[in-house]
Amino acid sequence: MTATTEATAGGAAARFVRRVDLAVIRDYGVVVAFVALFITLSLSSNVFFTWGNMKNLAFQTAPVGIIAVGGTLVFIGGGFDLSVGAISGFAGIMAAKIFTGTGIGLWGSLILGALVGLGFGLGNGLLITLGRVNAFIATLATSIIINGLGQVVTSGNLVSVSADRFTTLGLGTAWGINYPVFVWFGFAGICGFLLSRTAFGRYVYAAGGNAEAARLSGVRVNVVRAVTFCISGLAAGIAGVILVSEVQTAQWNANTGIEFDAITAIVLGGTSLLGGEGAIWRSVLGAFFLQMIGNGFNLLGTTPELQYVIKGLILAGAVSLDAWARRRRA
Amino acid sequence: MTDVLLQLKNITKEFGGNRVLKDVSLSLRRGTIHAIVGENGAGKSTLGKILAGVHRPDEGELWVEGRRVGYRSPRDALRDGITIITQEPTLVPHRSVQENVFLAVEQGTAGVLDARRTARRFAALVEATGIELPGRRLARTLRVADQQKVEILRAIARDAKLFVMDEPTSALTTDEATRLFELIRRLRDRGATVVYVSHFLPEVLSLADAVTVLRDGRLVRTAPTQEETPERLVSAMLGRSLDLAFPVKVPAPADAPVVLSVRGLSRPPAVQDVSFDLRAGEIVGLAGLIGSGRSEVARTIFGADRAAAGVIELDGRPISPRSPRAAIRSGIAMLPEDRKRQGLLMLRSVVDNVTLPHLDQVSAAGVLSTRAERRRTSELIARLDVRTRSNGALVNTLSGGNQQKVLFAKWLFRRPRVFIADEPTRGVDVGAKRAIYELIESLAAEGLAVLLISSEHEEVLGLAHRILVMRGGRIVAEFDEQTMSEDAVLHAAFATAGERVA
Repeated sequence: MTATTEATAGGAAARFVRRVDLAVIRDYGVVVAFVALFITLSLSSNVFFTWGNMKNLAFQTAPVGIIAVGGTLVFIGGGFDLSVGAISGFAGIMAAKIFTGTGIGLWGSLILGALVGLGFGLGNGLLITLGRVNAFIATLATSIIINGLGQVVTSGNLVSVSADRFTTLGLGTAWGINYPVFVWFGFAGICGFLLSRTAFGRYVYAAGGNAEAARLSGVRVNVVRAVTFCISGLAAGIAGVILVSEVQTAQWNANTGIEFDAITAIVLGGTSLLGGEGAIWRSVLGAFFLQMIGNGFNLLGTTPELQYVIKGLILAGAVSLDAWARRRRA
Repeated sequence: MTDVLLQLKNITKEFGGNRVLKDVSLSLRRGTIHAIVGENGAGKSTLGKILAGVHRPDEGELWVEGRRVGYRSPRDALRDGITIITQEPTLVPHRSVQENVFLAVEQGTAGVLDARRTARRFAALVEATGIELPGRRLARTLRVADQQKVEILRAIARDAKLFVMDEPTSALTTDEATRLFELIRRLRDRGATVVYVSHFLPEVLSLADAVTVLRDGRLVRTAPTQEETPERLVSAMLGRSLDLAFPVKVPAPADAPVVLSVRGLSRPPAVQDVSFDLRAGEIVGLAGLIGSGRSEVARTIFGADRAAAGVIELDGRPISPRSPRAAIRSGIAMLPEDRKRQGLLMLRSVVDNVTLPHLDQVSAAGVLSTRAERRRTSELIARLDVRTRSNGALVNTLSGGNQQKVLFAKWLFRRPRVFIADEPTRGVDVGAKRAIYELIESLAAEGLAVLLISSEHEEVLGLAHRILVMRGGRIVAEFDEQTMSEDAVLHAAFATAGERVA
């Protein structure tokens, strides 16, 4: 009997140590990985840690970063959003069409374009809560629909905007930094505030962490979830108008795949796929990290194709780590 | 002693510091039906699960046919021919009956199944056992009674010698139960051994060869069924030896105003035509067996489930809570029965949990005042004596008793008019129990109307000023201070009058 008891105690101690390690790695893994990669790249390339490259890095990350910020709210609330790529493409089309086709002006058309994203987000939210469709399937379905709508309104063609003024948002700068970077950080700041300092943010964590307990505490879980999808749609809309403003052309499938970059950034940051946990700063860091891998491959001149293999492996590793940490804690 | 199939020696089992079984020793004779009876929480289901390898005992030994065994999983136990059939059948719903029966013991050629051979095997099994089942029907289309039969067939297909049945009739009609009993007798006559866990005493007496009574995790006695009567069994289950002192009851004055009035509340099948009043300062206990509809009454009043019929009045005004949110706003609080699944956000802090239903009181224009949250939480935590490092600690780092106190703090943040406590001391150690009893008593003394639901009858007896006993979704008995006794409550709850004698 005593032997068994001792063995159990020893086992428990060992488990405790492992659990702490895993939990710490999981919680701060993105910081460690980010810093490690940052230092490595700074040492191995004399171009990496320069003001110009840093600015460029942030500029390139901004659209994915904005979508990842919105998606983080959805993830924490227990949802999943696959439709952000399609939404951002459609928002870009609308901004370009409104700008060329009406007299609303530059900012008016950009804002309307972004609001189209919000509208699609609301549609997702209603489909998932009132329609009771699984979030994965619902946003897959809406992304097919939105891509279809994009083809219908453009007849499958490129929409070009000839006025150079249109690039103000995408390419304009202040203090040498491109506007999209300000938009990204501003949006992240607002969402971070919402999440950590408001009642709504608490409800998001509660809805994703334990929907039944949240409901029995008086939280309107469906409303909260629907709002997270609205914010994600808005984020996709903003990213879409930024992208279209950078290149002056819009196409229904221009941003295909950006949703996966955003999801990868969120997960690498350490926000859980299972809901109830996570933070905005994590996804900001995750997006940076992802972009840095690509940036590093370019600077070091190694086989650029290999970066996808590396990104995929890192993603799989991060999710596996999350699962192990959760299991130990359970 | 060759006829002893299985022996338990000094089995002890704890769950999170709670001793569910204490030093239980038992012999099961081959070819008999052995019943295990006891109150809710007496440990009978745990005992059944230990036999079948679902749980491992903390101490003690398990001997099967003279061999000591240490099962790590139901799979291990199955290798010795031991199988468990639970209240909820565990079938693969979208596959056919015969596929379910032969699941993981398929006979095929190089992994390729021959449908005709499977059908022949199934027919042979049906003939040998006399259990009639449509082999090609999908499992999910069967009624619960038939699903149980599939489980039994599945066990026989694996050459099971010992069948542990945990409350097998709880979801069956009287007719189906009768047929199940015939089947159980037939299993015994084929030489199988059946462990029958139940709290339906008439069933047990008509079916079993021997009866073991558990009380508070201890074995009271094992005796041949002929020596037992319902009265003897109930009195053996009574008088749990808990060293619990209850606070002195301070009954509400007779003219205290009625706070909550429920008339004809129904949500079939769990709640049928329930009516009662709750006065200010009164603790009313809702007693009954698990599944008698107690929690469902609470959930319906709280708006967590929608009522099909009935009127609920709060302070004389009719309310129709469509959601917990509406119920909370009108002044009803409910401590749910399962604190991990329904009560707490285990991965959030004490503060986050306590303030969740009341964020409007600690925020301005939706922006939280962290300072106000912490201050109010600290006050409550101090009052309820929650032992925690800080109120920013994650709830899952606290002990069960402290988690439960956090739940109380959550519902006392905004003073409710009606406080419903569903299993307020489940999974809580004795010290914390005592503190929770005093808390409940003090809430009533402050004028709250308290509805107390507990599976531990002595808890209801020790705290409640009035007791309503539920059975089959209805209130079947009411006792006041003068008439309440454990004996009376248990008899009402168990229906010893015998409604389901086979």
